[in-house]
Amino acid sequence: MKGKAKILTNGLLKENPSLRLVLGTCPTLAVTTLAFNGLGMGLAATFVLICSNMAISALRKVIPDKVRLPAYITVIATFVTILQMLVKAFMAELDSALGIFLPLIVVNCIILGRAEMFASKNNVLNSALDGLGMGLGFTLTLVCMGSIREILGAGTWFGIRIIPESIDSMTVFITPPGGFFVFGCLMALVIFIETKTNNRVKRGVGCEGCPSASMCHGNCETAKGGEA
Amino acid sequence: MAAKLAMIFFSMILVNNYVLVQFLGICPFLGVSKKLDSAFGMSCAVVFVMALATAATWPIYTYVLAANGLEYLQTIVFILVIAVLVQLVEIILKKYMPPLYKALGVYLPLITTNCAVLGVTISVIDEGYTFPEAMVCAVGAGLGFMLAMVMFSGVRSRVEEAKPPKCFEGLPITLVSASIVSLSFMGFGGIIENIFGA
Repeated sequence: MKGKAKILTNGLLKENPSLRLVLGTCPTLAVTTLAFNGLGMGLAATFVLICSNMAISALRKVIPDKVRLPAYITVIATFVTILQMLVKAFMAELDSALGIFLPLIVVNCIILGRAEMFASKNNVLNSALDGLGMGLGFTLTLVCMGSIREILGAGTWFGIRIIPESIDSMTVFITPPGGFFVFGCLMALVIFIETKTNNRVKRGVGCEGCPSASMCHGNCETAKGGEA
Repeated sequence: MAAKLAMIFFSMILVNNYVLVQFLGICPFLGVSKKLDSAFGMSCAVVFVMALATAATWPIYTYVLAANGLEYLQTIVFILVIAVLVQLVEIILKKYMPPLYKALGVYLPLITTNCAVLGVTISVIDEGYTFPEAMVCAVGAGLGFMLAMVMFSGVRSRVEEAKPPKCFEGLPITLVSASIVSLSFMGFGGIIENIFGA
């Protein structure tokens, strides 16, 4: 039982996908202009993560090793299509807020990465728990980013006014530069805490997190000039 | 017609820059921008694949999917078409154009899962562009990606030599400098409408 809890909590802090593994950076930056959008995107990705992890884990003995990546992509794309239909039907507001980033969950490195690193090697239950944990960790980061940007940039939090209107809000935080800035500072904060508690991880947009790693056999390393 | 094409082209490069304003393709932007030649090589591959992918997916969507009421298959069909296309291009280049393969080959597999490529094919459909408009948009998006990559690799080589506070070393300072580069692109807002008078 302890092992199960460990798998679940792994994604929340120890292997937080956005801040520690540096995966799924694009949606983290793009949709977090409002805390609500961050929450919506996080839950949408969680849904796909759990479903695709379960399906891939159940099929892991059937899928031939050589064609596993296209097979994974097809499975993930199927669940994304289901998600797109659900969101369009029941949450039209969220659909227009997330826009193109909803179909782009297909190429979110977190999902393909977990399929390759976890679901292809573990049983269905553990994979579902891993998907849930990773998804919640991703959601946590997105809500965090969204809250900071919304409070500073618009003076509201989940649409509720926090900073009185008489104080001008710093609109720059809800523009794209603000996204880069908040994410950089948040990551610096996490690194600061890690240094204090002595468990710093090496970060890089490197091969560990790259779902294409098995296709390029580390060739990109030479092109990148070592660690990225 | 020409004015609209020019407007789409320049707005994709400057105002709606894929990397710095729309946040598509951040992984290669942070991962491959350390050296100028690799940044340039990667962006060339992206321009090439974006144009090719749009040239393939636009007709497929318009004449096969939309014609038969299968719009909901868009995501799944597009990603598979792009994956197959990239593999195909890799094989063809390897066989017939070894010098080009040498220059672009290593970046090609990375591009299959690049959200900028899938992003441009989906967004030209969402915008309802005609085929020439879609192609101009794809090439513009690719060139915008190239501009951001090349500019940022220059910024980054300076940042590497700087000594930021300990906890900002590495990715955080890179993100903060990306923020400043992105800020400069915000200055282009509205410029296209003024030039082309739309």
